[in-house]
Amino acid sequence: MNSLLIVLLPLCGACLPRLAQGLGRAWCARITVLPVLVALALLLQAAPDVLGGEGLRFSVPWLTQLGMALAFRLDGLSWLFALLILGIGVLVILYAHYYLEKNDPGGRFYTLLLLFMGAMLGLVLADNLLLMVLFWELTSISSFLLIGYSFQDSGARKGARMALAVTGAGGLALLAGVLLLGQIVGSYALDDVLAAGDQIRAHSLYPLVLVLVLLGAFTKSAQFPFHFWLPHAMSAPTPVSAYLHSATMVKAGVFLLARLYPALSGTELWGLLVTGAGLATLVLGAVTALFRHDLKGLLAFSTISHLGLVTLLFGLNTPMATVAALFHIVNHATFKASLFMAAGIIDHETGTRDMRLLGGLRRYLPHTALLATVAAGAMAGVPLLNGFLSKEMFFAETVQARVFGTWHLLVPILATVAGSFSIAYSLRFIRDVFFRSTPGWLQDKAPHEPARYMRVPVEILVILCLAVGMIPMFMVGALLATAAAATLNTEAPAFSLVLWHGFDTALKMSLLALVAGVVIYHYRKTLWRWHARLPLQDARHVFEGALQALGRAGEAVATGVVNGSLQRYMLVLLLAVVALPVWALWGWPHWTGVSGLTPADPVTAVGAFILCAAAIGTVVSHHYRLAALVQLSAVGLMVALAFARFSAPDLALTQISVEIVTVVFLMLALYFLPQYAGNRSSRARLLRDGGIAAVVGGGAAALAWAVMTRPLDSISGFFIDQAVPGGGGTNVVNVILVDFRGFDTLGEISVLVIAALGIYALLDGLRIDAPGRPRGELINPHPMIMTVVSRPMLPIALAVALYIFLRGHNLPGGGFIAGLITAVALILQFVGNGVNWTQERLGVRYHPVLAGGLLIALATGAGSWLFGYPFLTSSHTHFHVPGIGEIELATAMLFDLGVYLVVVSSTLLIIGKLGSISAVPKTTEASH
Amino acid sequence: MEALMAVCIGVLTACGVYLMLRARTFPVVMGLMLLGYAVNLFLFAMGRLATEAPAVIGRAESHADPLPQALVLTAIVIGFAMTAYVVILVIRARKTLNHDYVDDRVNERAHGAPEKSQGTRS
Repeated sequence: MNSLLIVLLPLCGACLPRLAQGLGRAWCARITVLPVLVALALLLQAAPDVLGGEGLRFSVPWLTQLGMALAFRLDGLSWLFALLILGIGVLVILYAHYYLEKNDPGGRFYTLLLLFMGAMLGLVLADNLLLMVLFWELTSISSFLLIGYSFQDSGARKGARMALAVTGAGGLALLAGVLLLGQIVGSYALDDVLAAGDQIRAHSLYPLVLVLVLLGAFTKSAQFPFHFWLPHAMSAPTPVSAYLHSATMVKAGVFLLARLYPALSGTELWGLLVTGAGLATLVLGAVTALFRHDLKGLLAFSTISHLGLVTLLFGLNTPMATVAALFHIVNHATFKASLFMAAGIIDHETGTRDMRLLGGLRRYLPHTALLATVAAGAMAGVPLLNGFLSKEMFFAETVQARVFGTWHLLVPILATVAGSFSIAYSLRFIRDVFFRSTPGWLQDKAPHEPARYMRVPVEILVILCLAVGMIPMFMVGALLATAAAATLNTEAPAFSLVLWHGFDTALKMSLLALVAGVVIYHYRKTLWRWHARLPLQDARHVFEGALQALGRAGEAVATGVVNGSLQRYMLVLLLAVVALPVWALWGWPHWTGVSGLTPADPVTAVGAFILCAAAIGTVVSHHYRLAALVQLSAVGLMVALAFARFSAPDLALTQISVEIVTVVFLMLALYFLPQYAGNRSSRARLLRDGGIAAVVGGGAAALAWAVMTRPLDSISGFFIDQAVPGGGGTNVVNVILVDFRGFDTLGEISVLVIAALGIYALLDGLRIDAPGRPRGELINPHPMIMTVVSRPMLPIALAVALYIFLRGHNLPGGGFIAGLITAVALILQFVGNGVNWTQERLGVRYHPVLAGGLLIALATGAGSWLFGYPFLTSSHTHFHVPGIGEIELATAMLFDLGVYLVVVSSTLLIIGKLGSISAVPKTTEASH
Repeated sequence: MEALMAVCIGVLTACGVYLMLRARTFPVVMGLMLLGYAVNLFLFAMGRLATEAPAVIGRAESHADPLPQALVLTAIVIGFAMTAYVVILVIRARKTLNHDYVDDRVNERAHGAPEKSQGTRS
């Protein structure tokens, strides 16, 4: 439980600073530190258990199907990291209180800081790989926000973006690696994964897993070649740098190496990749640090170099190297955090961090000068300080390194080179800032020591440096042993941390590095001149340039493919429709099935001929639109006849009434469109389209043929058997529509309603002139004979519709067809008498009817709930009506009524609306 | 009979696809309708071709497959709704763009600015 609380306290506490902001800066900082202190107390309370080798576990099932769990463990390794995170966290909060501008209330800063702290704690305490990745991503995001804290500054924004891009990309790689790990092991629980080291290393996917996980670790820990983001993240406020870039965020990568050490390490590949990256980073960081004139820039590259050192140690594949790596993680966190804070104090008091402008500060900031000198000494590896011990261990390990085979001397030699450069830049940090003569501008400014408590965090850290440096076994011996045991997942190797090992190789390397470092520092100006001539490019420009190039390339692809031409999209779609089946069915021999054919009769053949001729005629005459439309309606009629011919009376009735409505509608539409459109397509284009059309048509015909010549295996037997007992109707198609598949029909009439309302909205208020014809040109729009004939048709048609509706459940008919017949009858009145004339007499507004129809259908369906049945269960009963006889009434009939109302009202709404904008308005008529 | 049906489906599909590839809106609408007929017939044909066997209990010896019929009935009505909607879009597009081409940009590039008013009956 405590381990959960340790993570949750900062995460949940993140809302406190913002709330406490109104109480003033001091209270804001005090309240912020509260959850951190509680978490730290819990952590220390757990110390006896952890150091005793027990550790704490907490686990709650969460998203178990994904292999996830809300599981935390507090073993030696995570305890060590949690101590760094919380301990340095408290100091950074205290420091930030004095560092932040007086007019910055700090709420946002502390919120982000706590959020990051919680994410970091979750990462190191996670007992499940997926949970760990989750917190890993959280650290990327919260550090992005922290680095970009001064979002008004473009440098901060760009630095934050770069950090997020690099670490985020690494996070994706890590996720992929972890998923693969989980696949190999069969579990994401850390215990299972760590125990399955041999299985993982023997797996064929091991190299891929390793590379992916290392990508995550190297991007986070700024290892070469992903180191470039870290210096640019220095645009963060200094407390953030002190926290993220010394103790926490950049340590996440090396933490990952430590955490997965038992699962992934021990192979040649691990040694080559990890040691190689670490060595390159170590040297590159140390050398570059000397050429930075910005204090934080120097510290950033020094951090990169030290992270490389830790990584290198993990790569050596020996238990002792692991102990050294863990030791150096602790030491680096303490001295680098204090150095960042000192750099912040200098910046705060003098207004600059440029070492070329600074000098002689010991006269003004004697206290800070002392602290920074000791910390820089630790960074350089001066005896009696903690940095010395881990550096000696490091040198001793490099001598024994064998990962590069015959090139094994490369490691100690390059390590000594890096060591000498680290002495040179540490020397520069001390001498250029605090000693030398004071420049004139600084004398005028006369900086003074910062507030008392701003130095306290630095003092604590420096005292730790000294204490660990002098009495190492007492300070960290037990902690390191437990952490190493947890890292290695076995017994920790026996080790002793003492100041004097004898005059061994490591000490000789240290001395050599010291001498070389002093020499390098002496000739630094020559080196700077040489460095200035190098054709190096600022990583930010390269990165931004690459991002912009990526954006341009994406845009080029997008505009190349998505060029706005609907015709081209259609072409691509159709080509895909052609290509995929052709690819899949090429050479398929079974186009003709086994079942016998039905004989063709002459009448049907003639019908088919008319259908094909009308369709082709439509295509041929499509420039003459009215003629094409007439032929299109012939196609529709022939399709209706085809339905009738092949035993589908319901379909035939529906098709023929829909056809009438559609043709009337298209006629109306044609009024607003050019009647003739000349041929503008090139011959090649016509051939190409014709070819595509022929292939698609041929394919459709072949598929239809292939299916029709095979025996039928249908589920329809159920519907035919159950239509009467289950649905109470003998017309199976109608029973399916209103009962068995009533939900489909409900969806369908909803579509109709939506289409009608959409059309109404599109046409509402539209004023449109027909091309080439002024409004009101039509003379005698309603011929007398039409008017006379149409009026008596209405009651007859309505009677037919009623008849069709009532018999629908048992004989061909139903709500759809009745609705369409009613609509056709009313449309005839529109045509014969004019839209306005008819609508005035009809006196019905379509919208309420439309809604009412849908509601009736819904209510019928919902009604079955009242009786405890599922939605749309129908029931039916028999009525005896005197004079008419037995009538079967089903609730499905009520549903059909809803369908009827929707079909009538939506059809009339559509046609009426289009008709009313084409009709000559009365006012216009009068003015003519 | 099956061959006739297959040929009809093929011809309707081909005609529909050809018209859908035209550059102006009205032929595309007609093409969509033709393709709609083809698809409906195709779906219908999946229940095989039966003569004088309506799916009405007690009116015939055997029954044609009612399920494709129910599906096609739905498809016809939805097809109508879709056609109506597309036609209204066509009208709106002509009003807004002042021409009746499917592609706005491409035609401007290829043929210069679209004509203000397309030709009337010739």
